[in-house]
Amino acid sequence: MYSYNEFDKDFIQNRVHQFRAQVERRVDGSLTEDEFKPLRLMNGLYLQLHAYMLRVAIPYGTLNGAKMRQLAFIADKWDKGYGHFTTRQNIQYNWPKLSDVPDMLQALADVDMHAIQTSGNCIRNVTADHFAGAAADEVEDPRPTAELLRQWSTDHPEFAFLGRKFKFAVTGSENDRAVIKAHDVGLRVVRNQTGEIGYEVIIGGGLGRTPMIGKVLREFLPRADLLPYCEAIMQVYNALGRRDNKYKARIKITVHENGIEKIKELVEERFIVQREAFGGYDQVLFADIKAAFAAPDYINAYTDGFEASVKTDPALRSFVDTNLSQHKKSDYAIVTISIKKHGQTPGDATSDQMRVMADLAEKYGHDELRISHEQNVILPHVHKSHIPAIYAELRKVELATANIGLISDIIACPGMDYCALATARSIPIAQQIATRFDELKLENDIGELKIKISGCINACGHHHVGHIGILGLDRAGVESYQITLGGDGTQTATIGKSAGRGFSYSEIVPAIERLVYAYLDIRQNTEETFLETYRRLGLEPFKAALYPETRIAAE
Amino acid sequence: MARAYTPKVLTANRLLEGDVIYYGTNDDWVLAHDEALYLTDEVQANDLLAAAHKQAGFLVGAYLADAILEDGKPVPTHFREDFRTRGPSNYDHGKQAEV
Ligand code: HEM
Ligand code: SF4
Repeated sequence: MYSYNEFDKDFIQNRVHQFRAQVERRVDGSLTEDEFKPLRLMNGLYLQLHAYMLRVAIPYGTLNGAKMRQLAFIADKWDKGYGHFTTRQNIQYNWPKLSDVPDMLQALADVDMHAIQTSGNCIRNVTADHFAGAAADEVEDPRPTAELLRQWSTDHPEFAFLGRKFKFAVTGSENDRAVIKAHDVGLRVVRNQTGEIGYEVIIGGGLGRTPMIGKVLREFLPRADLLPYCEAIMQVYNALGRRDNKYKARIKITVHENGIEKIKELVEERFIVQREAFGGYDQVLFADIKAAFAAPDYINAYTDGFEASVKTDPALRSFVDTNLSQHKKSDYAIVTISIKKHGQTPGDATSDQMRVMADLAEKYGHDELRISHEQNVILPHVHKSHIPAIYAELRKVELATANIGLISDIIACPGMDYCALATARSIPIAQQIATRFDELKLENDIGELKIKISGCINACGHHHVGHIGILGLDRAGVESYQITLGGDGTQTATIGKSAGRGFSYSEIVPAIERLVYAYLDIRQNTEETFLETYRRLGLEPFKAALYPETRIAAE
Repeated sequence: MARAYTPKVLTANRLLEGDVIYYGTNDDWVLAHDEALYLTDEVQANDLLAAAHKQAGFLVGAYLADAILEDGKPVPTHFREDFRTRGPSNYDHGKQAEV
């Protein structure tokens, strides 16, 4: 794993000292809240509904046992014994006290972690495919690219005060697990006809109140041109992006208003200038970074024991069927740990659970862990012979739920249970849907189905790209939930379509149930997924299930 | 046309702890919504809000929130404010767990 160099360490340490002094000055009254707020936000500290919230970056979702254990320690010492993993591969602590935050940041710095650029109008924590370095379908591990971008964008003076926040995501596979088309800039590592490695560059994607699917800016960008090209994009955005209206400030609007062709022309123009300015040092750096992401020392062992256990233990088999993904080495597997036991808060892990995951990573997982944008934790490199032991340990701490990719594997933003911007709750809806379908014992029959819930139009819960999206709104002082259908966050990214009028808090779970029963009735066969059925038949049959009263009225 | 004034309570978050507080009946700040001072007079409400903004060393984000009286005690009218009196609803671990 990439380790911080002296420069990184000093930088982080200095920020902790600075922030400690800033908090002291806020508390003794020499800074007003208006002066302090931008400073705390630069260090990931928000004020939510019930308390402060500290958002900690987990760059490209990668961490090791020591870091995970430190996250658990922080949760116990300064918070309420748990943390919330988010769709942006961050962890959020929901109950820190202002005066403790400098100590929390120090504890993070001790393990080379921080909360910098997790907020504010800057380039945010760069996210990547959570199967990076392990996936069977990968052209190349996207994390060295993400790390290069992190180093380039951290504290970059030209991009510290952008018109709006700016998010990069990187994938190394054809199958997009990083939702790159819903980011300001999405990069996909590709090979051209001659076998040379480079990037497909996508810009102008985003969710929020104006959801947009990103557009291709360059089909093939040679590797060496990455930073000058990204710098050119940022300069064009900085010059052209709107600052008159916060809702029109993201690059998706800049692209939409100016057209991709115009943006392309301007970026290519700036790029020629920028390329001169980069002397090639970035490529030396890249080579060093890449070496730090070398594959682990894989072990050689038999897998017969594993295969025999799977045959005899149905619970293990069910876990293996849903929570394992194909590793590039055939005797290895990628294990996804669901932190979405039915009825629990999606993405929450207790400190005890974090410590167990840290232990498992160290003992069986080459000391690697990943956080996925789907709010789960991943052991990317597990020799199959260790899976029964891992499963047994996970069961002890309620982490063995076999529901990855199924209806209860829901993304839910914090919503009105925590977030100050929320217009409705999202977590309890996720809890109820998961509990309901678990009771119905329908989950496995339904198969792959992604439900994503946001508690306001900002769309932190990715509802626009959920097969079923749920958006919580405040309609005349009452929670109201709108359903969108057919969204997709992968390489075939699509924004979901609104299904019609909203449902109240008590109506929404039954509405989802009707929707799912309709799907089970009209699918061609058990292989056809919800999304495929929707694509074949469109909104109408689902609308009829959602609003039976309109059907009766029409008859 | 200006909207008619509706009764309010004055609320904020404590600077250090971040937890929700209300302006109480004894010129103090209290944790329980039903101990908040019920503000039926718009001028008084705005004066108290302006004064609260000056208490920057103690609180953050002061504002006036709608309330009605039930059994002689102020109760929030909007669900957001109702949640703020208790804590998260996914499971009890906010203020509701402490009382
Ligand atoms: C205090 C809590 C939060 C605040 C104040 C907040 C604020 C916002 C805002 C204002 C936007 C809209 C940006 C725009 O359209 O320009 C947004 C988008 C987004 N946020 Fe959050 N958010 C919070 C929590 C979270 C959490 C917990 C996650 C991860 C689960 C998250 C992930 C995202 C994502 C993925 C988007 C949409 C992508 C985009 O267009 O940027 N946010 N957030
Ligand atoms: S979608 Fe809205 S409610 Fe949910 S976390 Fe984002 S800002 Fe808060």
